[in-house]
Amino acid sequence: MAAVTQRSAPVTLGKAINMGLRKAMEDDPKVLLMGEDIGKLGGVFRVTDGLQKDFGEDRVIDTPLAESGILGTAVGLAMRGFRPVCEIQFDGFIFPAYNQIVTQVAKIHSRSRGKLPMRIVIRVPFGGGIGAVEHHSESPEAYFSHTAGLKVVACSNPVDAYWMIQQAIRADDPVLFFEPKRRYWEKADLDTSLEPGPLFETRVVRAGEDCTVLAYGPMVKTALQAASAVEAEGRSLEVIDLRTLSPLDLAPVFDSVRRTGRCVVVHEAPTNLGMGSELAARITEQCFYSLEAPVLRVGGYDTPYPPSKIEEDYLPDLDRVLDAVDRTFAF
Amino acid sequence: MSSGDIGVSPGDSSFAEAGPELIQLLTPEGERVEHPDYAIDLSPEQLRAIYRDLALVRRVDVEATALQRQGELGIWASLLGQEGAQIGAGWALEANDMAFPTYREHGVAWCRNVDPLDIISLFRGCDNGSWDPIATMFNLYTVVIGAQCLHAVGYAMGMQRDGGNGATLAFFGDGATSQGDVNESFIWASVFAAPVVFFCQNNQYAISEPIEKQSRIPLFQRARGFGFPGVRVDGNDVLAVLAVTRKALEAARTGQGPTFIEAYTYRMGAHTTSDDPSRYRLASEMEAWKLKDPIERVRAYLIRSEQADAEFFAAVDAEGDQLAVRIRKGTVEMPDPDATSMFANVYAEQTPYLTDQAAEFAEYHASFASAGQEA
Repeated sequence: MAAVTQRSAPVTLGKAINMGLRKAMEDDPKVLLMGEDIGKLGGVFRVTDGLQKDFGEDRVIDTPLAESGILGTAVGLAMRGFRPVCEIQFDGFIFPAYNQIVTQVAKIHSRSRGKLPMRIVIRVPFGGGIGAVEHHSESPEAYFSHTAGLKVVACSNPVDAYWMIQQAIRADDPVLFFEPKRRYWEKADLDTSLEPGPLFETRVVRAGEDCTVLAYGPMVKTALQAASAVEAEGRSLEVIDLRTLSPLDLAPVFDSVRRTGRCVVVHEAPTNLGMGSELAARITEQCFYSLEAPVLRVGGYDTPYPPSKIEEDYLPDLDRVLDAVDRTFAF
Repeated sequence: MSSGDIGVSPGDSSFAEAGPELIQLLTPEGERVEHPDYAIDLSPEQLRAIYRDLALVRRVDVEATALQRQGELGIWASLLGQEGAQIGAGWALEANDMAFPTYREHGVAWCRNVDPLDIISLFRGCDNGSWDPIATMFNLYTVVIGAQCLHAVGYAMGMQRDGGNGATLAFFGDGATSQGDVNESFIWASVFAAPVVFFCQNNQYAISEPIEKQSRIPLFQRARGFGFPGVRVDGNDVLAVLAVTRKALEAARTGQGPTFIEAYTYRMGAHTTSDDPSRYRLASEMEAWKLKDPIERVRAYLIRSEQADAEFFAAVDAEGDQLAVRIRKGTVEMPDPDATSMFANVYAEQTPYLTDQAAEFAEYHASFASAGQEA
């Protein structure tokens, strides 16, 4: 395994978050980690591996099996000046904490007129594609993006993961940090000395001319694969990694769509009232005269997440993205 | 396991009566009694100050209820009958302790020097709490039932970690003990030996539901199952509440973990001004509790022990009148908040989108003003 101190080395996305957490804890003694099985076990995805050993049980807290408890006590710790980083073991387990997140975490800054900042990060491994059982493959990001007072980001690659987790922890607002669990084992070269851009910034990750493809988290890789696949056919896709879901950073999106005239949004979550709905509305409002076709959405179906044997039929893949791209050319 | 094993049978509500475990230092008749585990030694000045707090807080409450009836407040949650529990608990708090109230702890707020008008502004609909929770060490009211118990545990865990030398006092009611958050807070507090005291005002009703709808055993006995002591105190006995809460807070501060206090009391008023208790409880029940009034017994004791005279009581009454005038005037003159304030403080760092929305909002409303001028 690559040494942490090495300037640039290939690391997995999971390891990159681990390194980012370690750096954040070294930088600020007020940073605490809380979650189920995050201590000795190092988390079910090993994202917190070794951190309790090095920072102690007071800073890497193995909590009771109670998600509302994790978030509710994080509120108190944040009131006391700590920066709790809460791990929700799987996306589908966030709902016991939903009440605390929406009625408390999101509103306390406002309720207290700014006197009680909620410097809480909620890490959520999300999305499917790992052959899991029910409640382990969900994409609940829109619930939280809909809630004022919360900020929501999703990382798609190891380099972003390393920097974004640190920036989220430094942020003075509560941040839902969505981690693409099926990409935990993807590797990239990480240069820990490279100064990152801001957290709430959307980026063009592949330039193109014919159609803009918007994605975040696990679907960025799928979008990039789609772009590579059609390159040979002479079609050029511009791929944008949204990175931030709330607030949305749409200037790069509008710039892109005004050039390409076409846009496809891709996410694993169901399309009905998903992030794509808001993106389509905002793009239509701002780029109406540049659009050659309606903004199309590719996402999960409006069904419960299916059993894993058929999850690949549910999840957007390269073909469904390209099909949507084709359809934007048919108008 | 038959229900007989836990000492109750279906339909048997005897467990809900106060019972022999009830800790009392001042009887309803105003007689001082001793308890083997709890002592209290207060000077005449302190006793009179306690009476003053009880009386003034009741005056605030009566005035606020009247203001709501006159349309000046949207709603009011009365503390009538619970003054003893709240002033006793409030007096037990020390400067470094942090209180986590529900939405009814006007008496504790008073002890933490929160201006009653700051509480009234919430019920008038001007804000969601305007006092400084850190400066007062009195958190903002939490309306979601029981959510604050976890906050109190987390804050206490923070005190453990930063050497805060204090404890937290979590307030909640009998109904809240059925909430998941409250039970989770017991587990967390126990496992982490967090410096928190759980202060449950069992006022016998969760809106309309009597305590029997929440528990088949006396609430204080639940604590044992979570791994910490539970006690039942006469919630209408301010001295006993003070002694019990003080001891529990001291235990918490010195690393002995949490205590569950069941302050056995009665909600003399409605749940809120939107509620009509005549639909679900008998007037005779309230008449019986009137005899256990938390203020009358202190008054009787002060007179009986010659620690206060008629002049003192007249002075408190006069102060209450002045306070009522200030509250009435302050309420009716309270300005409505600026509508644009809804955009303030949503985030520590406002998002560009929200900034734009706020600007659009202002522009939209300005357009009415200019339209009016044109007309």
